[in-house]
Amino acid sequence: MTLLAERPGVVQEPGGPDHGHGPTGILRWLTSTDHKVIGKSYLITSIVFFLFAGVMAVLMRTQLASPDSTIVSQHTYNELFTMHGSLMLYLFAGPFAFGGLANYMVPLQVGAPDMAFPRLNALSYWLYLGGGLTMIGGFLTVGGAADFGWVAYAPLSNAVNSPGAGPDMWIVSLILTGFSAIFTGVNICATVFYLRAPGMTMFRVPIFTWNMVVTGILILIAFPVLTAAMVMLWCDRHLGTHIYTVSGGGVPVLWQNLFWFFGHPEVYILALPYFGMVTEILPVFSRKPVFGYRGMVFATITIGALSTSVWAHHMFTTGVVLLPFFSLMSYMIAVPTGIKFFNWIGTMWRGSLKFDTPMLFAVGFLVVFLFGGVTGVFLASPPIDFATHDTYFVVAHFHEVLFGSAVFAGFAGLSYWYPKMFGRMLRESLGKASFWFMFVGFWVTFLPQYLLGLHGMPRRIAEYSASTGWTTLNRVSTAGAYILFLAVAIMVVNFYVSWRRPIHASGNPWDGHTLEWATTSPPPPHNFFRLPPVRSERPLWDFNHPEHTTRAHEAEHEGGTPSRRGTRATGGGADGAR
Amino acid sequence: MRNESRLLLVVSLFGAVIGVLFWAVGLSPVYATITSGGTIMLGAVCLLGLLPGYYYHWWSRRMSPRSEDDPEATPESGAGVVGVFPGTSIWPFVLGMSALLVCLSLVFGFWTAIFGFSLAIAAVVGVILESRRGGAI
Ligand code: HEM
Ligand SMILES: [Cu+2]
Repeated sequence: MTLLAERPGVVQEPGGPDHGHGPTGILRWLTSTDHKVIGKSYLITSIVFFLFAGVMAVLMRTQLASPDSTIVSQHTYNELFTMHGSLMLYLFAGPFAFGGLANYMVPLQVGAPDMAFPRLNALSYWLYLGGGLTMIGGFLTVGGAADFGWVAYAPLSNAVNSPGAGPDMWIVSLILTGFSAIFTGVNICATVFYLRAPGMTMFRVPIFTWNMVVTGILILIAFPVLTAAMVMLWCDRHLGTHIYTVSGGGVPVLWQNLFWFFGHPEVYILALPYFGMVTEILPVFSRKPVFGYRGMVFATITIGALSTSVWAHHMFTTGVVLLPFFSLMSYMIAVPTGIKFFNWIGTMWRGSLKFDTPMLFAVGFLVVFLFGGVTGVFLASPPIDFATHDTYFVVAHFHEVLFGSAVFAGFAGLSYWYPKMFGRMLRESLGKASFWFMFVGFWVTFLPQYLLGLHGMPRRIAEYSASTGWTTLNRVSTAGAYILFLAVAIMVVNFYVSWRRPIHASGNPWDGHTLEWATTSPPPPHNFFRLPPVRSERPLWDFNHPEHTTRAHEAEHEGGTPSRRGTRATGGGADGAR
Repeated sequence: MRNESRLLLVVSLFGAVIGVLFWAVGLSPVYATITSGGTIMLGAVCLLGLLPGYYYHWWSRRMSPRSEDDPEATPESGAGVVGVFPGTSIWPFVLGMSALLVCLSLVFGFWTAIFGFSLAIAAVVGVILESRRGGAI
């Protein structure tokens, strides 16, 4: 059935012609093209994958807690870290942010009734679900799941070294989820370009949405390369081509080039959405506009652009890359990231801070990510990289960055928007407990791993002998992993409690700034009964606090009086949109 | 529309500049390495931005001004029908499962593709009929 979406001029009846007459039960879920339903499905599915991968992580840490441990074999350990990494990166971190929160929030933030292509959106979700289950299904095959690491380096991933159906299912899964991501990328860009509310020029779009647009473009750049690389890998495995094998005239390094041309943008595909969440949360809980809005947008675009040209910093040790080129580019990426940090601090500076759960997680992200970023700058220097490549130093570094963004910022975003999506509040006490356990557990897990790396413990080993002296640090790290597990469990309890004993959430529980808070929680079909006028990047704040509008605030800080600046701003010069 | 097109054109320009730079550095005999892969991919980035970016640019000069590009537009100025949206539809699910089956044939052999392609045909017919009935899409 087709609905005409009206944009509410003043007031409008909820829903369209088939409101209340649609299918019910499971059929409702299978047939829905509503971005809110699809977004929630994405969210829940990705959290389930996250829990699954978390259990694998705890199993690995348990194995490593004592020397010469035999809980799992090296072969199983290989499967575990491969599937842990793949699930976390391909099926949790990306889809959680881009398929889940972005899907739900981007149309709301720009004041659109739905995504631009609702049926394509539904197709994305089904491809993602099918692909994800396929990947996990690898565990059920005779030879076990894929075991060549989440990067699947040639020649490790060829038919001789990794035979069987499990690796093939991994390949198929990445082809499917790759298409799913591409479709969502197209959808989000089209939604933001074509369905914005009146008055919402590109430079009034919330930063979260801006970051999603840039992420979408990065996805369009990176994922087709991954899919192509996967198809060629499959051809090598089954059709006897020799694209990645030396014996037939191929080049194994080609795989690394293709993979990292995807892989480094992927790192930012995983990071930018989470930067966006933090940029939404900090202003709201500081009760100030975001500091340096335009600087934020340009930093995002610069990060996105530079991330397409640093791929070979993952390949320094192969010796066949343009070393100075990539090293320089990698340093340059630290500049826009630094600008972002500066602006985040500037946003909080002299604001009236409120440390609710979302804010706590957001600040936790700042701390963790800063530390991870600094060690990342170390690694961009080839001499250090040569010394620490494939040791636990690298493991600690990328967990700092990935865990910082996907889990700290992810939980910040989740607890921030949970009231909007489910119409009920989370418990503050449980949320805060979860945060503190996570923060402590995090350092206990990963600081020892830096030291282990410096002591030379290689990554991806299932056993080490007691004579190496690594036992104590490994014990501490494993204890930290258990604390982290507890923190996540508290979060799950929090969801459960809010589900069984709901506390009703109003439309705007945090005194938010952006349009998603201008509608009910959860929003009606086609999202809005009425839209406030959009005059800055915080339309709802301006509407609710006419005495402190964003423009007046900016004028104050630039020294002019609000009224004088106000008249100039009516000309819209600051926004110069068309 | 202009900022949207600029964004994509910037992507394209960046791909071109870095692509040329990368290719030029690779010419130096000091670095015995293959740069053709990277150059091609950066060239593709350039095209990826150019195509939609130029399309938007072309349109932005022909279309009537949009209220979302007008910094002074009021909610009333955008009132009315935004577009035609499908309500509920089973076909995305069917299409997704058909794609899954087709891809699984890469693992389990040709037979799953037979089911996959049959479902795909059903889904395509279904979507087209649905759109006819519903109108514009
Ligand atoms: C719950 C806390 C976590 C713990 C205790 C944990 C633990 C581990 C362990 C023990 C390994 C194997 C290291 C090795 O032997 O080389 C690993 C690898 C990895 N983890 Fe985690 N992890 C956690 C969370 C995450 C998160 C949130 C992400 C990403 C979003 C992530 C991404 C990865 C990746 C990409 C690898 C590398 C896999 C490979 O080597 O192919 N992990 N993790
Ligand atoms: Cu990288």
